[in-house]
Amino acid sequence: MGNPVIETEELTKVYGNQKAVDSVTFSVYEGEIFGLLGPNGAGKTTVILMLLGLTEPTSGKAKVLGVDPTRDAIKVKRMIGYMPENVGFYNDMNAIQSLRFIGELNSIPEKVLEERIEKALQIVGLEQDAKKKVGAYSRGMRQRLALAELLIKEPKVALLDEPTLGLDPDATSKMIELIEALKKDKNMTIVLCSHYLEMVQKLCDRVGIMIKGKMVAQGTIETLAKEKFGMGQEEYTLEEIYMKYFLEA
Amino acid sequence: MGGLKVVFKKELSDHFTSYRFLIIFSLIWMVSLLITYMVGTSIREELTGIAKPRYVFLLLFMSSGGFFSFIQFVAFFGPLIGIILGFDLINREKNEGTLGKILAQPIYRDAVINGKFLAGVVTISIMLTSIVLVITGLGLKVVGVVPGTDELLRIAIYLIVSILYVSFWLGMAILFSIIFRSVTTSALASLAAWIFFTFFVPLGAGIVAKSFVPHGESEKTEAILRQLSIQRSVSLMSPVSLYSEASSTIIDPTKKTTRAYVLMGPFEKLSIERFSGPLPISQSLLIVFPYIISIIAITTILFAVSYTVFLRQEIRSL
Ligand SMILES: Nc1ncnc2c1ncn2[C@@H]1O[C@H](COP(=O)(O)OP(=O)(O)OP(=O)(O)O)[C@@H](O)[C@H]1O
Ligand SMILES: [Mg+2]
Repeated sequence: MGNPVIETEELTKVYGNQKAVDSVTFSVYEGEIFGLLGPNGAGKTTVILMLLGLTEPTSGKAKVLGVDPTRDAIKVKRMIGYMPENVGFYNDMNAIQSLRFIGELNSIPEKVLEERIEKALQIVGLEQDAKKKVGAYSRGMRQRLALAELLIKEPKVALLDEPTLGLDPDATSKMIELIEALKKDKNMTIVLCSHYLEMVQKLCDRVGIMIKGKMVAQGTIETLAKEKFGMGQEEYTLEEIYMKYFLEA
Repeated sequence: MGGLKVVFKKELSDHFTSYRFLIIFSLIWMVSLLITYMVGTSIREELTGIAKPRYVFLLLFMSSGGFFSFIQFVAFFGPLIGIILGFDLINREKNEGTLGKILAQPIYRDAVINGKFLAGVVTISIMLTSIVLVITGLGLKVVGVVPGTDELLRIAIYLIVSILYVSFWLGMAILFSIIFRSVTTSALASLAAWIFFTFFVPLGAGIVAKSFVPHGESEKTEAILRQLSIQRSVSLMSPVSLYSEASSTIIDPTKKTTRAYVLMGPFEKLSIERFSGPLPISQSLLIVFPYIISIIAITTILFAVSYTVFLRQEIRSL
């Protein structure tokens, strides 16, 4: 394991009188893909928003690359690429304009930006449709553009919230390849939220299972299998492990 | 480039390329040209025979030409410009999911709201300035009189006050677009505020004032004066009245106070104005200064409220 890139300690978020995130402590190490699992409303998105400094924790601490997101959100946001669960675009812009706008918000110098835009479009396979208005994009194209928006920042950390939501099988497998490449080619540290457990099992080095705001388990899939089903039971799939935790909670 | 500059640039180009902007812009142009033409022609007819007319040029803005004057037009429709430019600036981005994405970039949250407000104010300024320039140019041709420096200065001040006034409405529309998630609701709320300040407050002011005058005394001059003064103070709670008073005083050099003329028919009023000398611009300014300050103050307060609400809003309700 490398150095911890993301660390949280007793991270808690209360909305009204409901604990959306309840004393969550976990670490993500350099170059790994960490899968954040849990049923709807478990608090996954809330954790991600706190890591980004987009929402303030009620209590507890978070650190991303040594920086506290509540103290210096700008610095953290510069280093993190974020793909929201329901990403939106300005529908009257084309892909290049969208990417340029994001680049400008990140103060990327013009020349560098143009190069990065071209490269990012190529990686996600949108060169052909780069001049098409985003309003006319399909769901899959929009998700790929969202990934391109993340790429032009060249972040060290990527937070991906449901990156395959609403994608067909083909688009899903393309997205999985792209995420794999982020890790392999760019050595990004990735937190991935998803309900698509097959993908999580394929991509993630370690997973954390959240239920009702609490992190009920974390570790490699093998460790979790051992924990739940006993020694020598490493071949259990993530789905079976997850269901066991879910039913117990 | 800082976040503010990037947001500002995008918002400005959004305004200038939107159909919405094009439509209100051409609408205002049409009405302004119409007013100028009608007023200008009637002024020229009246002027034949008068050797050295003064302040003729300003009449282009204040005389109604049988319809309504440009000043009245801006007081009445100006709010709609601000509302149309602002009512969906924030909530539309919330609903489309672009706001969360922008805020996840390394910019301060206030860059978004400041950039949007600033771009709106610049759009309003460009719109109003171009119209005033066109009226001036067209007036020059139709009336055939060259305006003096004093007149030009008055027009410039009037322009600034008008920009402030429309910006107030922009600020109000933005506030509603922050508070309400639905675009329809924020549009309706803005319209309700417009109707409230334009019609309800002046009407209510009359009713309130009447209730202060004791029964049976309503025929006495003193009572009428008091009633009028109460009515005026109450109606000044509306930015519409503030603006109308300020703009008419600036544009009309013969207007001595912002107090309504009491017990005077329009003809009496006119004849008195003819005989009294006009005020120098410094005096007019002195009279309207409190009004201008008030307009600036309410606009600033409104923006400060929007700013605070926006900065404190939980990201999940964004
Ligand atoms: N603005 C808010 N006000 C009150 N409660 C909220 C707010 N935002 C989220 N919540 C609550 O916080 C809890 C956690 O929500 P969150 O979106 O983090 O879950 P999630 O794990 O991402 O779910 P999903 O899988 O559906 O995306 C939910 O119970 C939700 O109702
Ligand atoms: Mg979620």
